[in-house]
Amino acid sequence: MSSEATAQEEQSEQLVYAKVLEIGMYIGLVILFITFALYVSRVVPSAVPLEQVSNYWSHGVHEYLEAVNDDFLHMEHPPTGWAWVNLLDKGDFLNFVGIAILAGISILCYLAIVPTLLRKKDNAYLAMAILEVLVLSLAASGILAVGH
Amino acid sequence: MPIRTGLFCKPRPRALLLTLFILLAPAMALASNEAVVGSGSEAVAWWVWPLVLLVVTFLMGIVAVLGGVGGGVLFVPIISGFFPFHLDFVRGCGLLVALSGALAAGPGLLKANLASLRLAIPVALIASTCAIVGAMVGLALPTHVIQTSLGATILAIVVLMLMAKKSERPEVRQADKLSSALRICGVYTEESTGERIDWKIHRTPIGLVLFIAVGFMAGMFGLGAGWANVPVLNLLMGAPLKISVATSKFLLSITDTSAAWIYLNKGCVIPMMVVPSLVGIMLGSFIGVRILRVAKPTFVRWIVIVLLLFAGGKALTKGLGLPFIV
Repeated sequence: MSSEATAQEEQSEQLVYAKVLEIGMYIGLVILFITFALYVSRVVPSAVPLEQVSNYWSHGVHEYLEAVNDDFLHMEHPPTGWAWVNLLDKGDFLNFVGIAILAGISILCYLAIVPTLLRKKDNAYLAMAILEVLVLSLAASGILAVGH
Repeated sequence: MPIRTGLFCKPRPRALLLTLFILLAPAMALASNEAVVGSGSEAVAWWVWPLVLLVVTFLMGIVAVLGGVGGGVLFVPIISGFFPFHLDFVRGCGLLVALSGALAAGPGLLKANLASLRLAIPVALIASTCAIVGAMVGLALPTHVIQTSLGATILAIVVLMLMAKKSERPEVRQADKLSSALRICGVYTEESTGERIDWKIHRTPIGLVLFIAVGFMAGMFGLGAGWANVPVLNLLMGAPLKISVATSKFLLSITDTSAAWIYLNKGCVIPMMVVPSLVGIMLGSFIGVRILRVAKPTFVRWIVIVLLLFAGGKALTKGLGLPFIV
């Protein structure tokens, strides 16, 4: 194989990664902007009224969640982890969809390059890619959310 | 040919940059004053703070590109020092802002073969794992401890910026065994000359160990880590400067992802802060890239250093409960 062909072969997973990253980034941003517009225009009513958000953001996250839950949500526990999925009818929590896509796209990118790495029998990078998927998935799962 | 030094740009760009700096300072002062008056004041309409955030992050985005720093390293100390938002939310927002910038730049850098996936993958595995630990520790420690540590770290970054040199193409006589085994090397085309440049790295094991600390601090402070990635990749491991900067930018999309999820799952994300910040930084970066062609980086770098000195001092005194100028 010529050196240029070798270089291109080496880059194949890089191009796959870039393509998936680009698509995911655009999707995440578009969704985020749409949901934010729905939120601030009050088309989708928010859990915390827009005028009152500033009353809470100077508190630490634990106090913030307790106060918001007590004053507006009245859930059994303050919404942490993936609890926002049950609150998508609220304008503020609807924004988490776009945020989650942007935060999660790297996981999809790594999964997308696994077949290429398998084909090339690049075992070291295959192992690292799978480990990275596990690390990012663990972070995303909410299992590691620190509680008080 | 006229002789120009770093301080003497063409009049128009220099005036523009001075204007940006002059606008940023009172914007921060106004934000700080409003924070003192009370963020919950009924006299302040709900859209005022997001709008101020949008403007400040827009200016920050321009300055960050011109100064060669990431958005995160400016965002967290400045916003936490001068706005009424709690540090928990500022860090969560800072990570998402840095992440979004990296996501926006990553595809282009990978396609142009300036960011190296083979270099990034082992580094990202270590940094992202440690970023999770850093985020968990950062959220468990008292706020004043984090604030003080943040201030000290920002001031250390200023020292690093003042002292660290950059090497366009470091001399790497021989790749080390680890980078050879992992085939961490590549070729890129230098746009200005059309030259194809082969590169390889050395001191890979030491570099990977350093990324433990880099990842940990990125997660703990929500800073983004670009300020540390580039010196390690360029000065220690010997990657060419362009490869280092591009790979560092791409790396943030993975390192910051892991830490961002910890903050997100903890509830440290307020959309009213995140979206205006994200939009501001991205728009500012877009403009900054256009100004970059005519601006002198040295002059802007001094603006960034002064801003960080101010913000670091503010964070340090805030954490220690001491009075500050503003």
